[in-house]
Amino acid sequence: MSDRSPSVGLTADFLRADTSSFADFAARVAPNVLPTQRNASAGAGDLAPHGTTIVAATFPGGVCVAGDRRATMGNIIAQRDIEKVYPADEFSIIGIAGAAGIAVEMVGLFQVELEHYEKLEGAPLSLVGKASRLATMIRMNLPLAMQGLLVVPLFAGWDPATQEGRIFSYDATGGRYEEHAFFSVGSGSVFARGSLKKLYRPDLEATEATMAVIQALYDAADDDSATGGPDMTRKIFPVVLLATAEGVHRVNDAQVGELVGEVLSSRMDRPDGPEAPLR
Amino acid sequence: MSIQFYVAPEQQMKDRADFARKGIARGRSVIVLHYADGILFVAENRSQALHKVSEIYDRIGFAAVGRYNEFENLRMAGIRYADLRGYTYDRTDVTGRGLANAYAQLLGTIFSSGGEKPYEVEIIVAELGATPDLDQIYRLTYDGSVADEENFAVMGGSAEAIAQVLGTGFRKELGLAEATKLAVRALSSDNGSDSQARRLDVDALEVAILDRTRALPRKFRRIEGARLAALLTEEIEPEDQGVVPPPTLPHEPAVTETELPPGPPADSNEVDGQQQAPQDPAP
Repeated sequence: MSDRSPSVGLTADFLRADTSSFADFAARVAPNVLPTQRNASAGAGDLAPHGTTIVAATFPGGVCVAGDRRATMGNIIAQRDIEKVYPADEFSIIGIAGAAGIAVEMVGLFQVELEHYEKLEGAPLSLVGKASRLATMIRMNLPLAMQGLLVVPLFAGWDPATQEGRIFSYDATGGRYEEHAFFSVGSGSVFARGSLKKLYRPDLEATEATMAVIQALYDAADDDSATGGPDMTRKIFPVVLLATAEGVHRVNDAQVGELVGEVLSSRMDRPDGPEAPLR
Repeated sequence: MSIQFYVAPEQQMKDRADFARKGIARGRSVIVLHYADGILFVAENRSQALHKVSEIYDRIGFAAVGRYNEFENLRMAGIRYADLRGYTYDRTDVTGRGLANAYAQLLGTIFSSGGEKPYEVEIIVAELGATPDLDQIYRLTYDGSVADEENFAVMGGSAEAIAQVLGTGFRKELGLAEATKLAVRALSSDNGSDSQARRLDVDALEVAILDRTRALPRKFRRIEGARLAALLTEEIEPEDQGVVPPPTLPHEPAVTETELPPGPPADSNEVDGQQQAPQDPAP
């Protein structure tokens, strides 16, 4: 019906498309460019590098999302400075654990999806609308997930309707769940969540919330071989993004470096991290 | 049975062009011009909902006059084209020239195909280049011809009268406030320079810029309401407030909360004896 190559000009499909979704439109005119429209054979998961731990925590003025920098391929460290946390648009953040290649493509697709909708409709989606759209995209990836190319996102952002930071988690079938206070995904998520349970308080400020997620990532790296700890020699620190009423901002590397320095020096005295009161 | 008369192709094309031109001439005008920090779009538009000027991509803006449903269709096709290209290759591979060419092909095909009526639109694709001298304003007409405009472009009913006023005051190094005022003055004197200029208020104008100084990759932003009023009356350029989220409805819970009616007093078990006591597990 139409030309499959996007390099050709505006075909009739471009004029007649009746959708505000970029993914749906691309599936119609150029399905080969989408990450979800491909076949993988079983065991492809072993070939793909995997991203590991993402942590998010809300605070009164917004939400903070951080990710470690390691991608692994079996027992090999595939990359030590990969970034797995991205701004999805001006008010929301997406972090992805799982098959790195698909994950990065999925983030790109999601970013275009949100921008595309905003431009066509003249207004952005609501935060919950964005979260639902991501659920659909994850559901489309289910066949690949069954072949081992599992992608698990964590979505968070500032909701102008409720005036608070909100966190959403997903499962491989596209199930979407709202999380409260804090959450983590990826291989080190169990340890990170355990750590946050003891560190998190609802009245944290942005800096304290950032400190809490850095501590949690350190604890995850402490016990999970696939999660990378801070690399002091190469100056590779976690990526930390904040979503507030002013939009999404990345905490600058120097400041994250300082916080990481504090974490390390306090762990020189107590390697297991801050002590929580027994009662 | 009707008889098909022979119509010479020249006549046919001329008729179609006249038809399209008439449709365009009915519309209010749009001005696109270079200013010191980028490209400025000013349109006379009394509707707040139906835009004549909009964002296509990071550095590409779109303006149109004519039939709303037709240029809206073109705008959406352009956004789809740009987003698909940017997603397939890279954001930097989406160019105004590519988009203008795609539009030209599309409009040309529609104009010369006998089956459809020609689009009654005229559009502008404007792009911020890497440096100010690479900024481009492409103007496309209903038949698919493309013109690369030098300093400014005017489309719509009284384009010539407006262009005349604009031409006398235009300089490339005009600041945002000066350029906007000049454009508004030009738009309001569309009855010719001799007659009285009309008055155009903030709510009759649609103003947007491709702002080279903007820190974010998406350079397009609208200037509306109080910011536009400030721009037109005072000499101050409004600050970029970044993204201002639109007002949203307050959050309403899906289910309302209730309080349970007070139960029987705590000592009722003893009064009623055995009846209220938990049952023994089955033997």
